Amino acid sequence: MNARRRLALPLRYAAAIAFTLFFIFPVYWLFIISFKTPAEIFSYPPVWYPKSIQFANYWVLFKDGDAFTVWNSLVLASISTLIAMVLGTMCAYSLVRFRTGGENLAVWIISQRLMPPIAIIFPIFLLYVWLGWVDTYHGLIILYTAFSLPYVIWMMRGYIEEVPIELEESALVDGCTRWEVLWKVVFPMVRAGLFATAVFTFVFAWNDFIFALVLTRTEVITYTVQVTHYFGGQSNFWAKIAAMSVLGTVPIFLAVATMQRFLVRGISMGAVKG
Amino acid sequence: MAELTIHGLHKRFGPVEVLRGIDLKVSSGEFAVLVGPSGCGKSTLLRTIAGLEDIDRGTIEIDGREVNDVRPRDRDIAMVFQNYALYPYMNVSDNIAFGLRARRTPEAETQRRVRSAAELLGIGGLLERYPRHLSGGQRQRVAIGRAIVRNPKLFLFDEPLSNLDAQLRDEMRSEIKRLHQDLAATMIYVTHDQIEAMTLADRIVLMNSGQIEQVGAPLDLYDRPATRFVAGFLGSPKINLLQGRLVANGRGLAFEASDGTSLALPAGLAAAAHAHVDRSVTLGVRPQHIGEATAIAGPNEVTLRTAIELVQPTGSRTYVTARLADAAIVAETDAHAALRPGATIDLAFDMGHAILIDPESGKVFAHGLAE
Repeated sequence: MNARRRLALPLRYAAAIAFTLFFIFPVYWLFIISFKTPAEIFSYPPVWYPKSIQFANYWVLFKDGDAFTVWNSLVLASISTLIAMVLGTMCAYSLVRFRTGGENLAVWIISQRLMPPIAIIFPIFLLYVWLGWVDTYHGLIILYTAFSLPYVIWMMRGYIEEVPIELEESALVDGCTRWEVLWKVVFPMVRAGLFATAVFTFVFAWNDFIFALVLTRTEVITYTVQVTHYFGGQSNFWAKIAAMSVLGTVPIFLAVATMQRFLVRGISMGAVKG
Repeated sequence: MAELTIHGLHKRFGPVEVLRGIDLKVSSGEFAVLVGPSGCGKSTLLRTIAGLEDIDRGTIEIDGREVNDVRPRDRDIAMVFQNYALYPYMNVSDNIAFGLRARRTPEAETQRRVRSAAELLGIGGLLERYPRHLSGGQRQRVAIGRAIVRNPKLFLFDEPLSNLDAQLRDEMRSEIKRLHQDLAATMIYVTHDQIEAMTLADRIVLMNSGQIEQVGAPLDLYDRPATRFVAGFLGSPKINLLQGRLVANGRGLAFEASDGTSLALPAGLAAAAHAHVDRSVTLGVRPQHIGEATAIAGPNEVTLRTAIELVQPTGSRTYVTARLADAAIVAETDAHAALRPGATIDLAFDMGHAILIDPESGKVFAHGLAE
């Protein structure tokens, strides 16, 4: 090993650690504020780590029922993801195997995703008022599903195209119906892609702010909207903001951590033929 | 075991008509090989039999029942694909059992049949492995196992050996032949490889641009091709085709090449050729019917002196390329004959095995070999 390379390795490590700290610190700060007392939050110089971990900030959220908004987010994101995945995968299969809509339908579908939500939110609001769907679970679930579908169709179309058609034909000859082929051959073959797409779809619904802000009142407020209630004209409730944000981060964190294996494979799938 | 009958089958993909009036009958227990150059429609024909492609016109019958509108799963056929089509997320045992489970066969029966199929193919020790841990030959055995375990009426093979290396291909070819003898099942096999077709088939169905060119036993097609295409497709090295005229002289008929070289036709060949005297014809002689002349000439032999251009030993035989008029001709000689390019050689043509082709229609109108 020559001198230059001996020097290069520690430098690279130092740079890597610096970058990691830079990006991790805000997350650490968020977590740590949620465990601090009000005095610690506003003390100067800052308290880098609290003397004792206390859960009072969380206790308040649960006592007042604010934590229920996380449950709302969970219900809305999970159900809309499930519906979008089932419908979207079937649409994608149809596009790939039956050439539904010819060459252009798939591109038209993904183009729907390019529309900025703000452009359609007020017409939708008026429609929902007329339908009586404002501040309901099904109202938001339908909207999230509709918004996720183009993405799911586009992604799943790519994964399904990678499935060798002979696998399906072999199953058809061996005694499967189309539905059985979808269930026993296509789903197992695109499993990694299914999980990766589902995680991104879930995250989109989970992180949505604009739709929930306009279309909820009191019943199905999501955690993203709830957090904004803690920003006041006189003062901001930093402890509540931090605790609520942590509650909103943990499910995503768990989802990504458990699905990591599939995520990496799903995202890189199709990049190179393997 | 089942009988397959196809009548007037037409199939088009957009503007291209890939099958143009196919009539075919495959008897029960027969091994039929569909062979032809790529794009001739042989794979499409197989896929229409499987039900993986719809047909535009005609009928397909399995055991007398029309199956035109019957779904693949209800045709009781099994198909082996070129790329094996094994499910990568299932082990060998589950792969073989797939078709049985799809048909709700009792599990004990499934297990028993999977084991016996695996034993038959010599993959009994691999049942727990996954396809990615198998060699090409083992994968193909699993694919065949998946077909035979179902005991279907009809086996379809779509170029099953073309992904294997040459040595393995020979081995698997014998195994498929043995399997056919053991199972006595009706099998239809697609290949572009004429050696595979010759060695495996009870009957060869030779296809060309969407039509059946000729059907018959392998040696029948080889010895008595009906068209120039069949003559050229079967046999390696290829049959020698010489352009010339048919002339009558005092002793009978002769083939005359463009440079005046004359090859006398034996009586058998001449008898069928009288209508073509003074017209241009194509003479076909296989390399193994042209050899180095020996002291004692055979009854139908014609000897010509020419120069050697190329010598290609293969071990068992040596192929010599020489020139006759404006055509290169290949002759088969003894492996140990001392032959060099540039040297002269006396070539003996066995005209008793020659064929005569009408250059306009491409049809063979006279065979040296009696019917």
